[in-house]
Amino acid sequence: MSGQSERNLSLNLNQGSQGLSKRLLRSQLGRELRILVRSPADVVNPLMFFALGVMLFAVGLRGEREVLAEFAPVVIWVLVLLANLLSLENLYRRDFEDGSLEQLVLLARPGFLAVLGKILAHWLQAGLWLCLVAPLAGLALFLSPDQAGFLFITLLLGTPALSLLGSVGAALTVGLGRGGVLLAVLVLPLYLPVLIFGASAVLENMAGFSTSAQIYWLASITMLALTLAPLATLAALRISVEQ
Amino acid sequence: MGGHGLYVWLSYGLSFLVIGLLVWRVRSARRAFVRQARARAQRLSAEPQAK
Amino acid sequence: MSLKTLWHKLGSPRWFYELSGPWTTGFGVAAALLLAVGCVWALAIAPEDYQQGNSYRIMYIHVPTAILAQSVYMTLGVAGVILLVWRMKLADMVLACAVPFGLWMTALALVTGAIWGKPTWGTWWVWDARIVSMLVQLFLFFGLYALREAIPRADAAGRACAVLAIVGLVNIPIIKYSVDWWLTLHQPSSNLLTGPTMPSEMYLPLFVNIIGFYCLYAYVLLASLRLEILRREEKTQWVQQQLQQPLPQQPQAV
Repeated sequence: MSGQSERNLSLNLNQGSQGLSKRLLRSQLGRELRILVRSPADVVNPLMFFALGVMLFAVGLRGEREVLAEFAPVVIWVLVLLANLLSLENLYRRDFEDGSLEQLVLLARPGFLAVLGKILAHWLQAGLWLCLVAPLAGLALFLSPDQAGFLFITLLLGTPALSLLGSVGAALTVGLGRGGVLLAVLVLPLYLPVLIFGASAVLENMAGFSTSAQIYWLASITMLALTLAPLATLAALRISVEQ
Repeated sequence: MGGHGLYVWLSYGLSFLVIGLLVWRVRSARRAFVRQARARAQRLSAEPQAK
Repeated sequence: MSLKTLWHKLGSPRWFYELSGPWTTGFGVAAALLLAVGCVWALAIAPEDYQQGNSYRIMYIHVPTAILAQSVYMTLGVAGVILLVWRMKLADMVLACAVPFGLWMTALALVTGAIWGKPTWGTWWVWDARIVSMLVQLFLFFGLYALREAIPRADAAGRACAVLAIVGLVNIPIIKYSVDWWLTLHQPSSNLLTGPTMPSEMYLPLFVNIIGFYCLYAYVLLASLRLEILRREEKTQWVQQQLQQPLPQQPQAV
């Protein structure tokens, strides 16, 4: 049993043929998800961090209903950003240490899809769970159920961009011993538009204004990041692997 | 400057301080490098003769 | 010389070093003259603003530094593309040398803006769109600086910074737009090309100062590049020959 699963964990790199690219993406994603199932801490830790942050804000603001409801969208979005950031450090670190990252960068064709598979897996690990938990936190901070649902939609549109943009920073810092703070410095400025459109969508929705502009912007930032970030990540990984 | 002198001079002073520092840094770094590189070159050319 | 041969020659640090000597001196002198003329004009000759009084004279420093901050980041992005695509050594050096200058210009733009804000808005700091964009720009510059410091191997550091600079360049319009859209308060910038909202005796010194700051940038960048070339090519014969000559006397700039 263990032998079988070990082989499942090994990289499944299909070279050359374009027709195999879908399989590459699927196998890469599958591998990441199997690793994920075996280390639930990677999923739980960012969520715990998020819940702790929400608690700190709520207690710090003395649990006052009006104040909390007013700040809730921003507090939740900022904490999602930070929780996401914390989970980024492990995105490439383990593969870098055991050498499989090198194989992935040098051998996988097309590399774009292999990297995309890793980023997707990261979103499933961090972003998706945060999307699911955040509305509950919203309810705890006295958002109405409607607004909590709307918060969920904005998060669903915005968090993939966080994983994509963050993966570039993670790839640039993966070879460095203590990349944590540096990663934050590199990535957080790039997160600013996502925060602005995400939080303002919820705020404007609470005030009863139209929010289609923010929704379109979130979607287009995610689409832009989806097309460009894997390329930048791949270039960054090549540099990190060489050193 | 009609009560605004402090603000105006403060910003001009700070700016020229920074500009001066930037210019001074690159010029002094160049002088230091040339001095050191010459010393290195002399050591290198002196060594074979000493042997 | 055709553009194509120029492009190939730029790949040779030696050629660039020999060509750039007189240009460095020229830009240094031009920067000193233009900034001296511009600042005297701005401080002593330009008329007082009827609304803001004399405090508006800070603009003659604030606007050029803000423009330079953006221009330097553009340079970095372009150098990043050139480095990643053509592996040109010179682009790597530009990426290394321009960052501190950009960082300082951004910081100056923020600080002079804050000083200007006190007498005009009554406060040192507001969370206004253009100020926040400038702050983000400061963080982007600092990220480039910190990344280079963190990576031990020089060529890997250069290419990593290239990737980061390009990602930043793609993101800057989005960041600016989003910030602008969310926090607009600033007075609209007067456009220098399509007719300024100022009378000419007020905007001419600004124009002189902007050109002066660009010359200063060219001078500092070229001087740092020349030093960087000497450092990296120290072992080559031509650098050793250069070192034998007495130090070229560069006129005191600024």
